[in-house]
Formats: sequence, structure tokens, C-alpha cells
Amino acid sequence: METRFTRGKSAILERPLTRPKTEVSVSAFALLFSEMVQYCQSRVYSVSELQARLADMGQAVGASLLDVLVLREKNGKRETKVLNILLFIKVSVWRALFGKEADKLEQANDDDKTYYIIEKEPLVNSYISVPKENSTLNCAAFTGGIVEAILTHSGFPAKVTVHWHKGTTLMIKFDEAVIARDKALEGR
Amino acid sequence: MLMFCCCLLQNSELFTLTYGALVTQLCKDYENDEEVNKQLDKMGYNIGVRLIEDFLARSSVGRCQDFRETADVIAKVAFKMYLGITPSVTNWSPAGDEFSLILENNPLVDFVELPDNHSTLIYSNLLCGVLRGALEMVQMAVDVRFAQDTLRGDNVTEIRMKFIKRIEENLPAGDDQEERKMVFY
Repeated sequence: METRFTRGKSAILERPLTRPKTEVSVSAFALLFSEMVQYCQSRVYSVSELQARLADMGQAVGASLLDVLVLREKNGKRETKVLNILLFIKVSVWRALFGKEADKLEQANDDDKTYYIIEKEPLVNSYISVPKENSTLNCAAFTGGIVEAILTHSGFPAKVTVHWHKGTTLMIKFDEAVIARDKALEGR
Repeated sequence: MLMFCCCLLQNSELFTLTYGALVTQLCKDYENDEEVNKQLDKMGYNIGVRLIEDFLARSSVGRCQDFRETADVIAKVAFKMYLGITPSVTNWSPAGDEFSLILENNPLVDFVELPDNHSTLIYSNLLCGVLRGALEMVQMAVDVRFAQDTLRGDNVTEIRMKFIKRIEENLPAGDDQEERKMVFY
């Protein structure tokens, strides 16, 4: 059980959510991330397992980030439309995490469930050289996990996969129900 | 002395949350807190071994004359450069071989609470490994541990560093010694 229930009031709850911006160096993050990748690598047998583990860790980040961002950036207002939640990710989430907007947000031509977030040079990949024998490995699976958690916890269940395409592309596939709901909302 | 060039900065939240995700994962993977502490220290060590090169390249810090200078460089240059904080250096032992770094804000523990069943977890143990690894690469063996931690209810976060010995270096013949910046004690 969390301490705030067992030990009474936690000092963390008293702290304001908006704070002066604190910064750390990109090197510190890059080194930490590299250790994470190596740790995951030591416990798996395949590239897909490795990516799944990175995505799991990303999910933890996304889940913790969602509430604080909604409160801070949107004043507590939550998104109900697919396009808006995608824009929230492209703009607010990316700014909070990487200090910039995502390069591109696109919808698949032939499929209304599928969207792409395209990042030419993702921060998480900027210091990683992928070995030849594992050329499909894309450590932005971590970012994919973040996005998946944010979508899922906002009520837009989706699967996010990572691909090497125009840099790195996160492919977001929403559940059928999400798209159906969105269409119903539009009709109103 | 205390000059360093700016390196790229990023919002500390991604760093804090990523570290949190890592510790959470370790807690799932290992049976007890001691194992997690050990693993964090090991990962920190690996980071430190690589970080020192980055540090020497970016900062214009030369070799330190004594352990006191090393302490200052760690607190005022290294911590500032990588974590954006400046711990204070205090509690020197009379012999001058042991001191404490007091961290007022530890970016690793922003919005972190330890659950009751992880009371022996040293959440930020990574930092000890980093310091140990980095100093080992400049021929100093040190012992680093957390003496106090706000996460565990202490008033401040205190990292205790003890100098053990100077590591004798065995450079391969032909290695350009002048080019390598070293800290001699």
C-alpha cells in the first residue's frame, strides 16, 4: 500500500504541480537510457522481447505523466476526440518530454484506425547505434510505450508499434470501438 | 577553475520518470531490495566509467591537487552540469579523506514515495555507482554510500564519500600520457 495511506499526509501531496522548470543534461539521460537498454538486453532473447520490455518501462512513464500534464497544460480538461488527444500528444506531451513538438502527425490513407507520429531524430535514439545483426531494433519503443499508456489511460485504447520509416515512425492503431465512438460523437 | 561549457539541457521530468520506471522494473525483477540496490550501483558504475570522459571533454577542469579540490569539482561542476544542482560539501573528517555531499533537491526523487514494503531500498543508489565509477577512471578508489535520504524520512539527502587509495596506473606503452587528463592525489 502506498505510504500516504499508512503514514498519513505525504509532503508530496502538498507540493504545487507547477514548478520552476528544472533541467538536467541530455548526456545524463542518454547514459541512463543506455544502461536501461543494456539491462533489458541482458534479460531477453530477441529484439521483439527487448522492445517489449522498453515499451513496458515507457508505459510506466506515460502513466505517471498523463495526469500531471492534463492538470498543468489543459487545466484539468480531458480530451474526448481522437484528433485532439493526438494533438495533445504531438504538442504537449512531446514538449514536456523532449522540449519540442513531434515532427509530424499523419493519418493512414487507407485506414481510419491508424495514425502515425513521425520523428526524424528522436532524442532516445540520438546516441544509440544499432548493431547490424539487430538492425530492426528501435529503442524508440520506449517512446511508443509512453504514447500507448497516455492513449490507453485517457480512454483511447490503442496499440503503438515502432518502425524505421522516415526516421522513426510510431504507428498508432486505435481499437475499433474508439473510432466508432468518435464517429458517433461527430454526428451529434 | 570552475568553468564549463554549456551542454544540451532537457526538462528533468523525462529523466526523473525514466529513472522511476527503471527502479520499478528492477523491483519487479529482483527478489529483494538488497539485490536492487546492488544492481543500481552496478548500473551507476557503468555510467560513471563512461561519464568521466564526457565530463573531462566538456569541462575545462584539469587535474585536482587534493581530495578537497575533487570534492569541489564534483559538487560545483559535475553535479551542476549533469543534474542541474549544486550540493554542498561538508562534514570533512579531520584527516581530510572523507566528506559529505548534501543534496537539497535530488532530481531523481522528484514526486517519489517509497512504499512500506521497500523500506530498505536505496532509491538513488545509482548516484553512488556513478561517483565510484567516474573517480575510478581518474585513479581514485572511493567508497560512496547514502548516509541520509529524504525518501526515508531524513531531513536531508547526504552522500558520504571516503577516499580509499590512489590506484596505480599501468598505462600501455606508447599511450599518449600528456593527452589524458588525470587527477592525482
